[in-house]
Amino acid sequence: MSDSPILELKQLTKRFGGLTAVGEVSLKVREGGITGLIGPNGAGKTTIFNLITGVYKVSSGEILFQGKSITNGDSWQIAQAGVTRTFQNIRLFKNLSAFDNVLTACHGAARYGLAEALLRLPRFRREERALREKAIGLLDIMGLADRADVLANNLPYGLQRRLEITRALALDPKLILLDEPAAGMNPDETLHLMKLIGEIRDSFKLSVLVIEHHMDLIMGVCEHIHVLNFGCTLADGTADSVANDPRVVEAYLGAEEE
Amino acid sequence: MEYIQGIAILIGINLIAVLGLSILTGFTGLFSFGHGGFMAIGAYIAAVFTARLHLPFVLAIVAGGLSAGIASWLIGLITLKLKGDYFCIATMGFGEAVRIILNNIPYVGGARGWESLPKLTNAWWVIGLDIVFVVVTWNLINSRQGRNMVAVREEELAAQMAGVDVFRHKMAALVASAIMAGIAGALMANYMQFIRPTMFNMAKSTDLTIMVIFGGLGSISGSILGTILLVSLPELFRNFAQWRLVIYGLAVVVIMVGRPQGLVGGMELTPAGIRKAAAARRARQQFRDEAGQKT
Repeated sequence: MSDSPILELKQLTKRFGGLTAVGEVSLKVREGGITGLIGPNGAGKTTIFNLITGVYKVSSGEILFQGKSITNGDSWQIAQAGVTRTFQNIRLFKNLSAFDNVLTACHGAARYGLAEALLRLPRFRREERALREKAIGLLDIMGLADRADVLANNLPYGLQRRLEITRALALDPKLILLDEPAAGMNPDETLHLMKLIGEIRDSFKLSVLVIEHHMDLIMGVCEHIHVLNFGCTLADGTADSVANDPRVVEAYLGAEEE
Repeated sequence: MEYIQGIAILIGINLIAVLGLSILTGFTGLFSFGHGGFMAIGAYIAAVFTARLHLPFVLAIVAGGLSAGIASWLIGLITLKLKGDYFCIATMGFGEAVRIILNNIPYVGGARGWESLPKLTNAWWVIGLDIVFVVVTWNLINSRQGRNMVAVREEELAAQMAGVDVFRHKMAALVASAIMAGIAGALMANYMQFIRPTMFNMAKSTDLTIMVIFGGLGSISGSILGTILLVSLPELFRNFAQWRLVIYGLAVVVIMVGRPQGLVGGMELTPAGIRKAAAARRARQQFRDEAGQKT
């Protein structure tokens, strides 16, 4: 694991009218690392995800991905550059099968043009076959192969979350942002997810930034944790140092122990 | 026999416009109540080409389609950034604007209409173009570009995060649908030999959209079925005079209440399409059974 950051936020600020949702947050996600982003409700975690992925416009500050600025870029371009995400409230293509969800997201791996598609030229057939193999392969790795035909909407909750991660992986991302992947999961499923996140990082050679409320998950998988409170950085460091930081305990973990 | 053939040609002409609208509404999820306007542009441009400039029919068809496509591109630049409902209202305004502009151009007959256009549309043109456009639409929907359009319909934000340029795909769907409406208009003008702005009013735009929804959103075979049924239905009940439109309306209401997804919404009536729908149903049932055993 190298120490150079794959993603760097520099004094990132987002104001909604008079409200500062994110105030001068600086954060580094190390290449190949799993970084946690935690904080009480309303601390600005999801807002930071929305700023990174271009859903919101940045008020001030800079976002660097692999050393290049992606500040205020278009979402789809940022995604194609290698940053992708999942959503707190799952957003699948509900009326499509699990397979079609993943197949759609594989589109970046094909190069054929519109004319080649309309005329079904050889390149279309060849690349289309490769896309299908890729989608099946991903579903297989993620343990969803036997559910390939099920409409996304009809999948159980836990599998919907997993399908969303699979769809994100279909873009061959270098950095994946997970927004509360364990929300609504029981301890057993959470444990399973922890293992999965580690495995994905290793086998797909990517970096992970994860928002989570489950402390077991955060402490279990994250090498590095960034704590937010009221839109500002409260603490930043290894899991142990953050967990023992009195300010963090007071603002966040303390509330949990009640 | 000639009467039946007439209805078949009307079905064939409308089918091209409906297939286009199916790409926009059924697969990309954008509703339009102004495609009569694009049909009008195609019809009038083609009429100018054939009746005034005496150019070959094939040029008139191409020009009709292209001018409708260009018009839709300009409209798209302004309106496609709008959210769903507002886009729909903007298309409605566009359709009416086209009609009123045509009312005021004496060169093309104004509000009274334009008579004695050459009759150039025949069954061969219609059948040929129908085959071309069914194949083209089918190939589009089953390509990465088509899947990206469906992604835009399903979940715009997630499509963005999957690297889909949402604006570009909406634009492509709009322009494709307008070109096809324009070509349908060109065929219509040179079949009816008479055009008038009210033929392309909001009722016409609504008719096209109803055919797509009635047949089933997100289904090419549904659009074909919808067009066949809804173009021929008013003709079948021609003996009932004024009641036929009531029957038409009633049929649409009954289908939409009984089958909100349309006749064949979300699936295709092909062997592979039926297998796929059956597999989805089976997989769902299997999951339910498993869930049932656990509890």
